[in-house]
Amino acid sequence: MSTQTPLAPVGATSSGNSGPVREQRRLPRFAPLGLFLLGVAVGAGLSALTGFSVALTVIYGVVLGSLFVYLASRSVEGRRKASDRLVTTLVTTAFAIAMVPLLSLVYTVLDNGLPRLDGAFFTNSMYRVVGEGGGAYHAILGTVIITALATVISVPIGLLTAVYLTEYGTGRLKKAITFFVDVMTGIPSIVAGLFSYALFTLIFGVSVRMGVMGAVALSVLMIPVVVRSCEEVLKLVPNELREAAYALGVPKWRTVVKVVLRTAIAGLGTGITLSVARVIGETAPLLITVGLITGTNLNPFDGRMATLPVFAYYQLTQPGTATQAFLDRAWTAALVLIILVMALNVVARLITRFFAPKTGR
Amino acid sequence: MTATKAPTEPPAQRPVRRPGDRLFAGAARGSGIFILLVLAGVAAFLISEAIPALTAAPSEIPDGNGLGPYIGPLVLGTLLGAVIALLVATPLAVGIALFVTYYAPRRIAATMGYVIDLLAAIPSVVYGFWGLAVLAPKLVPFHAWAADHLGFLPFFAGPASASGRTMLTVGIVLGVMILPIISAISREVFSQAPALHREAALALGATRWEMIKMAVLPYGKSGVIAGSMLGLGRALGETMAVAIILSGGAGATVNLISNSNPSTIASNIALRFPEATGIGVNTLIASGLALFLITLAVNMLARWIVNRRADFSGAN
Repeated sequence: MSTQTPLAPVGATSSGNSGPVREQRRLPRFAPLGLFLLGVAVGAGLSALTGFSVALTVIYGVVLGSLFVYLASRSVEGRRKASDRLVTTLVTTAFAIAMVPLLSLVYTVLDNGLPRLDGAFFTNSMYRVVGEGGGAYHAILGTVIITALATVISVPIGLLTAVYLTEYGTGRLKKAITFFVDVMTGIPSIVAGLFSYALFTLIFGVSVRMGVMGAVALSVLMIPVVVRSCEEVLKLVPNELREAAYALGVPKWRTVVKVVLRTAIAGLGTGITLSVARVIGETAPLLITVGLITGTNLNPFDGRMATLPVFAYYQLTQPGTATQAFLDRAWTAALVLIILVMALNVVARLITRFFAPKTGR
Repeated sequence: MTATKAPTEPPAQRPVRRPGDRLFAGAARGSGIFILLVLAGVAAFLISEAIPALTAAPSEIPDGNGLGPYIGPLVLGTLLGAVIALLVATPLAVGIALFVTYYAPRRIAATMGYVIDLLAAIPSVVYGFWGLAVLAPKLVPFHAWAADHLGFLPFFAGPASASGRTMLTVGIVLGVMILPIISAISREVFSQAPALHREAALALGATRWEMIKMAVLPYGKSGVIAGSMLGLGRALGETMAVAIILSGGAGATVNLISNSNPSTIASNIALRFPEATGIGVNTLIASGLALFLITLAVNMLARWIVNRRADFSGAN
């Protein structure tokens, strides 16, 4: 491939040295890192002058560190190499900065959430609990029920649409569906909640609250995700398989069901699991459609239900007199929520690994 | 395959249409159309529930000043938070995308990309917890510093908040939340930059940065723009993190670091909806309609840019 004639030179600016070939002087291997850390240390010192603060240390440190690296490289290696080093430093710093919130968040949630991660949290509801004790039994069940209901609504619609887009769709309808599914992934979750509220208000009258309203709202958020991920997977099924089935006289719908979907089953499972993970932590739509109760309600067609994210939100923002007990429960609920999402992510990966069809030899 | 008949027989007039085929194709097509109907339904139901607020007398709207003065500060707050988020996230996301595609060691690059994607998996309510408990207190000294040294700008007019529950903190948390969206899309387009162009640049003696400047960035520019707009859409509609962190409810102000901030549309709905009654509900739904239209426009623009690029990219 590389023997092809190269395209037109891409704005080549390198004029090269006019003189005889010179030995390229280079910084020692770990010098940039050392210089950068020195910059950070000086930055920490500067910030300590005006009362130590982490934010200022980071700002001073990054600026000074990058400056040191640039200047050293410029004096030893020249201007072009110096800007290369500068960008390398900045890009690596960007990645490191992005790690800070992730690590800090996980640490904080673990630190605050672990104390109440006990048996009572999973077996007790908040019924008649005003102080310590209590748990999220009702909220966990509610989340499971509502999410399951949303999955039952979303998966058939999403999967069939993905099948339509890959196997049947042509022309403007296909284009329109693809475009608007993409647009739908950007609908704010609270708007999905308002939609569900407006829909059920028109049918059942004002101030109705039901679990199924939350499920409908979550479906609005989930369907586009299911469509996108399933479509990507179905596109990967080789056309030879379809043609082989047609050649044997298999009807198209049986080809789709028995060959295409069967081949893609692992990818579909992964995509659907990830879409569940995407909606299981949604709070806003449930807050305005399902509400919260302290007792256990397992019937999604009758009255308010408790869900884990909403439970966590209210425990944090409306603590009773025993503030610490409420905060503990809030953090533990957040921890359980993260564990659920991460577990779903892991399950999604395992599905790919274990249920992928055997590839040809 | 009976040789006596087959050659003379005319081909079948039309392919066999089995009922199963028709049913299945119809169901698939119907689902697709259903999705379009849902999107139209979202708009229709929001409008139908917003009409009472649109036609109500100004004095009936909560706060008693009419719908425009009610929604105006909320729109300002929404835009402020989202723009800060974008300013924080876009440079970082481009840097991360470049790091993962062209700087990180090959063997761990995929893992690093996955770790960044984990940021997207964390529920927004947990971001709110973190922002309130960790980031806001950590940023208090910075607020004070900004009020002292940057006070001449209207954004940092102060007085600096002592709790850190300000628009600035919210913007930074939103920035962290949209980081994975922007970086995922940037990563994808950067990695698609034609290998021939990249190798040609390197062969001419370009340093790695010059190669990226010449071959990767021009190619990936529209992808970065589209990714930022998708991130913007997400930041505009983000609810729980804002509702938890921001001490809002004040009128229109661009002061980012004081205790009185304009709320955002989404967080205002989340905070007031559970207790709202009558025309209050309709007002909130009307503000939700405004949010829906704003995000719809942003998302459609972003998708249009992405699709336009897909047409001419020729990534083969």
